[in-house]
Amino acid sequence: MNWQSWSQFWAMGGYGLYVWGSYAVTLVVLAAEIAALAVRRRGVIESLTKYYAARGRNDEAKA
Amino acid sequence: MSRSKRISWFHFSSPQTFYPLAGRLQPWFAALAVLFCAIGLYISFFVAPTDAQQGESYRIIFIHVPAAWMSMFIYLIMGFWCGVGLVFNTRLSSMWASALAPTGAIFTFIALWTGALWGKPTWGTWWVWDARLTSELILLFLYIGFMALQAAIDDQRRADKAGAVLALVGVINIPIIYFSVQWWSTLHQGSSVSMKSAPTMAMTMFAGMIIMALGFWMYSIAAALSRVRSVILERERHTEWVMTEIGGRA
Repeated sequence: MNWQSWSQFWAMGGYGLYVWGSYAVTLVVLAAEIAALAVRRRGVIESLTKYYAARGRNDEAKA
Repeated sequence: MSRSKRISWFHFSSPQTFYPLAGRLQPWFAALAVLFCAIGLYISFFVAPTDAQQGESYRIIFIHVPAAWMSMFIYLIMGFWCGVGLVFNTRLSSMWASALAPTGAIFTFIALWTGALWGKPTWGTWWVWDARLTSELILLFLYIGFMALQAAIDDQRRADKAGAVLALVGVINIPIIYFSVQWWSTLHQGSSVSMKSAPTMAMTMFAGMIIMALGFWMYSIAAALSRVRSVILERERHTEWVMTEIGGRA
C-alpha cells in the first residue's frame, strides 16, 4: 500500500495538481463524449420521426 | 465461390444488418471498458509503487501512454476504413471513418493535456516544440481537419472522398510520431517503462498501463459503435428499414 492516509493520497507527494489535473480532465472529456453520444442519438431519432411524419403528410396531400 | 457464400461473407458490411449487431455489442464493450479501467486505476494508484526518480508524478503515465497509443491506433483504423471506402465505395466504411474521428481526437487531446501536466514537473515546461509533441499536435489537427472537411461538404459521397484523401495523406504522420523519439533528439523519453530496473516494480507499472490501455480500447470501440449507429440512421434515412426502425420506437 502506497498511502497512509487520504490526505497523503490526494497530495500525490506534492504532485497532486498535475496528477489529479490529468485524471480529472480525462474523466470530464470522456464523460462529455458519452453525454454527446446520447444527445446525438436522441436528436437523430427525434429529427427522423419528424421527417417521416412530414413526409407522410406530404404523401397524403398528394393522394 | 457460390453467390450465397459471398452474401454471408459481406453480411455485416451492410448498414442494415450491422446496425442491430452494433446495438447488441455496444453494452458489452462499455461494460468491459468500465471493468478494465476499474482494475487499471486500482493498480495505478494502489499497487504500482512510487517511482524512484519521478515520485508520484509518474502516475500520469497510466492515462498518458494509453491515450497516446489510442490516438495513433484509432487514426490507423480510420485511415484503413477511408482506404476501403475510396477503393470499394462501401457505405459502411465511410461511416466508420466518421464515427472514429471524434474519439480519436479526444484521445489525442488527452495525450497532449496529460503530457503538458507531466512535462511541467519533470521537464520544467508545459510545452516544447520538439518532434514528438509537435507531431502529436499535428495529429490533433488532422482529426479536426477531417471532421471539418466532412462537415463542410454537403454532398455526402464527395465529403467522404475528400475526407478519405486527407486522412490517408495524414497516415504518414503516424510513423513520424512513433519514431520521433529515435529520429530526433528530444526531451520526450524513449520507452516509457524500463523493464531493466527492479523487475517486480516495473511489472506492476507495466500491468497498470496495459490494463488501462485495454480499458481505453474497449471504451473506444463502445463509443465508435454508438456513434456509427447514429451515423447509419442519419445517412440511411431514405431507406425503408430505417423508417421501420424509427417507426417502431414512436
